[in-house]
Amino acid sequence: MDKKNNTMFSVNDNSDLKSGAPDCDLSQKWTQHKFNLKLVNPSNKRKYQVIVVGTGLAGASAAASMAELGYSVKAFSFHESPRRAHSIAAQGGINAAKNYQNDGDSIFRLFYDTIKGGDYRAREANVYRLAELSANIIDQCAAQGVPFAREYGGHLSNRSFGGAQVSRTFYARGQTGQQLLLGAYSALIRQMHLKTVQFFPRHEMLDIVKIDGHAKGIVTRELITGKIESFAADAVILATGGYGNVFYLSTNAMASNVTAAWRAHKHGALFANPCFTQIHPTCIPVSSGHQSKLTLMSESLRNDGRVWVPKKKNDERNPNDIPEDERDYYLERLYPSFGNLAPRDIASRRAKEMCDGGYGVGETKLAVYLDFKNAIEREGEDWVSEKYGNLFDMYKQITGQNPYKTPMMIYPAVHYTMGGLWVDYNLMSNIPGLHVLGEANFSDHGANRLGASALMQGLADGYFVIPYTIGNYLADQKPINDNSHEEFQISVEKAQNQIKQILSINGKRTVDSLHKELGKVMWDYVGMSRTEEGLKKAISLIAKIKEEFWNNVKVPGTASELNIELEKAGRLADFIELGELMAVDALQREESCGGHFREEHQTDENEAKRNDEVFNYVSAWETKNNKHVLHQEKLVFENVKLSTRSYK
Amino acid sequence: MKINLKIWRQNSSSDKGYFKKYAVDGVSEDMSFLEMMDMLNNNLVENGETPVSFDHDCREGICGTCGVVINGRPHGPLKGVTTCQLHMRSFEDGDTLVVEPWKANSFTIIKDLVVDRTPFDRIMESGGYISVRTGGAPDANAIPIPKDNADEAFDSATCIGCGACVAACKNSSALLFVSAKINQYAQLPQGQVEHPSRVKNMVNQMDLEGFGSCTNTGACEAECPKEISVDNIIKLNQAYLKYGR
Repeated sequence: MDKKNNTMFSVNDNSDLKSGAPDCDLSQKWTQHKFNLKLVNPSNKRKYQVIVVGTGLAGASAAASMAELGYSVKAFSFHESPRRAHSIAAQGGINAAKNYQNDGDSIFRLFYDTIKGGDYRAREANVYRLAELSANIIDQCAAQGVPFAREYGGHLSNRSFGGAQVSRTFYARGQTGQQLLLGAYSALIRQMHLKTVQFFPRHEMLDIVKIDGHAKGIVTRELITGKIESFAADAVILATGGYGNVFYLSTNAMASNVTAAWRAHKHGALFANPCFTQIHPTCIPVSSGHQSKLTLMSESLRNDGRVWVPKKKNDERNPNDIPEDERDYYLERLYPSFGNLAPRDIASRRAKEMCDGGYGVGETKLAVYLDFKNAIEREGEDWVSEKYGNLFDMYKQITGQNPYKTPMMIYPAVHYTMGGLWVDYNLMSNIPGLHVLGEANFSDHGANRLGASALMQGLADGYFVIPYTIGNYLADQKPINDNSHEEFQISVEKAQNQIKQILSINGKRTVDSLHKELGKVMWDYVGMSRTEEGLKKAISLIAKIKEEFWNNVKVPGTASELNIELEKAGRLADFIELGELMAVDALQREESCGGHFREEHQTDENEAKRNDEVFNYVSAWETKNNKHVLHQEKLVFENVKLSTRSYK
Repeated sequence: MKINLKIWRQNSSSDKGYFKKYAVDGVSEDMSFLEMMDMLNNNLVENGETPVSFDHDCREGICGTCGVVINGRPHGPLKGVTTCQLHMRSFEDGDTLVVEPWKANSFTIIKDLVVDRTPFDRIMESGGYISVRTGGAPDANAIPIPKDNADEAFDSATCIGCGACVAACKNSSALLFVSAKINQYAQLPQGQVEHPSRVKNMVNQMDLEGFGSCTNTGACEAECPKEISVDNIIKLNQAYLKYGR
């Protein structure tokens, strides 16, 4: 294949994307950078308007922290309240290099684990900063009244997560995300009470407004009345989450979508590593075609649960009747030093391999066991219930089976997206003024995210990075605060026209039926295992779905009312285009790394085989006239040695 | 199975609502209640009718977005379960389900089964936080917190703000919601400083929003999908006697 002049994409050889991290010792980079950043005088801060789109962990913490500094903040969410954001569903915990356990943890070790876990496709400077800030997050959240789990002495408790050999994960039973989000929400409503943040609930962002190349506002649709309006600001922050719902079935909330990021992409914001998707190994398996979403069973369960399949193919016996010596604890067998706590990408791929090989269990044969028998025998049912009670209840509710008595059945499912809008060290995209935080950016997790690192990144970005770096941009800007520029009206009309167009199609296919079709193509060809042939097929199938959508979708109702089908249709239109870019990215990256597994590129032991000679870069895509152009940011590893990831 | 539905339809807050009957055929017992509703809506869209609007998002019982009254009970017949975690195996073939929105004066109906719960946010704004700025927090282990207190704070903090307590209460009181937040902070040393003003301000705001008074029926705890205890209310009442005036 001609790699440079493919019909689907081209490579820009002149691109020279730079992170902007200072050139000094790794441990001094953030300190020095903070000193070099321009400041905005306290009395001038209130003259600047900052728009924050999305109020999950990253958005709420950013909005609150910037308001505390004195900026005038407008925060937008399509939810009725910031407390509904999907950050709330994160279960297991949040990593921090506190070394409270005295087990050898350090900032450098968390940095190293994260770089290695991401299969050497993340930026060293960003990851080190993340590890450095991790400890502050725990302090901040404890001060806010987040009820972390504690020991009898009153000190904080920890547990282990995948890809680490130390216990550095802080948690609040199986609902850590809920408690951290409610903490960030409390900081945000405090600022709302002080009138430093104005919150716009049930407002969905449909576009950004660019003036002289800078992001200076947004266009929103108020979901109850359908009113489309524009808002001006001196800087725009997107904290709008990930795009896992491109697969239709995922652990994401039903409304999670890519629209904000994608519409910024259409204005020129580069989309980085779109094919880096995390398939989480421990989810409740799909049971029927009517299923609307998948449910995660926290990775923390792998602390005490053991993953196995029967040694015999197509074994129909009740799991409790299968004796020990006829069970294959394959993760413990293949990865003796990490065992059941192998990283997510590896655990998922091995589960798929077992099922593809005929060892799967349950009705669909697309499941493996996660067994707590040993833990229950060792520590008792109460102990297990205290640690994982809510997860066990949830499992029972969904499957109708009691996991205290029979092993859980699990299978991998789409969970998180490492890719996202490209940002520099200041978390600013290539569009000046447009900043991107949390899962919506690409920056810290490389090709695979470690468990308990998403909460850490969202809060680090919001509490401790953007409050410093936003000033560097604003210091050079003159406050505008008004939306009279013609670009605002142009963007409003563009958004109105797209809605009119969707409503006018009046075809035969429901939005959900098309979304399911897209999801199946993505899962089959752009999922856990990818090939050149499959990806090319996906690209042609997605083109057909796109045509079908724009000619045959059926959306009832009008533009000027609460119209949930219309909301879903707008989001699906963007997912279809993103799906194509994901397939193109996966096709162009002819190596395997982390969650991106190309069957053509694997070791003799079926592990991902990287090609550092060629692909040691971030793929940052531009889409222009329906054609994708690749820009590269070279990755430089000065503090860790590029090596083959081993968890054996 | 076949399920008969009587669903509250209302075009907007200013329109008059009414019950409309539907039947959904081919429901499997592994479907969640909301997936059954998805099926209904899919049928309606295919027939050119307006689908039923209902709020939902995470579908794993934690975001607090979903919630309807099913046969007179908020979140349906099961104890400690949200609407999205209710599965059709809880019902029988041929059952008739009456589906209504939360009914309370303080929660305006926006459309069909969707209600406006922003009064909860305004109550939280009046004091549902510890006033701490970002940065400068002491080391998290500097203030040990007894495990019992930490656990109790956590139990109170598991409230998902869905509003079932209000919908269950004959007075439409929000006291379980308010007291859970207050008690979470009251269990922690860092929450003590603002405890008196928090008690006063949050209760005042609850009254301003038009929620009713608590008459200790305990319906809120019985229907709470997170089984938040009425002990929170008892503790708040004691604190209110001290700080409320």
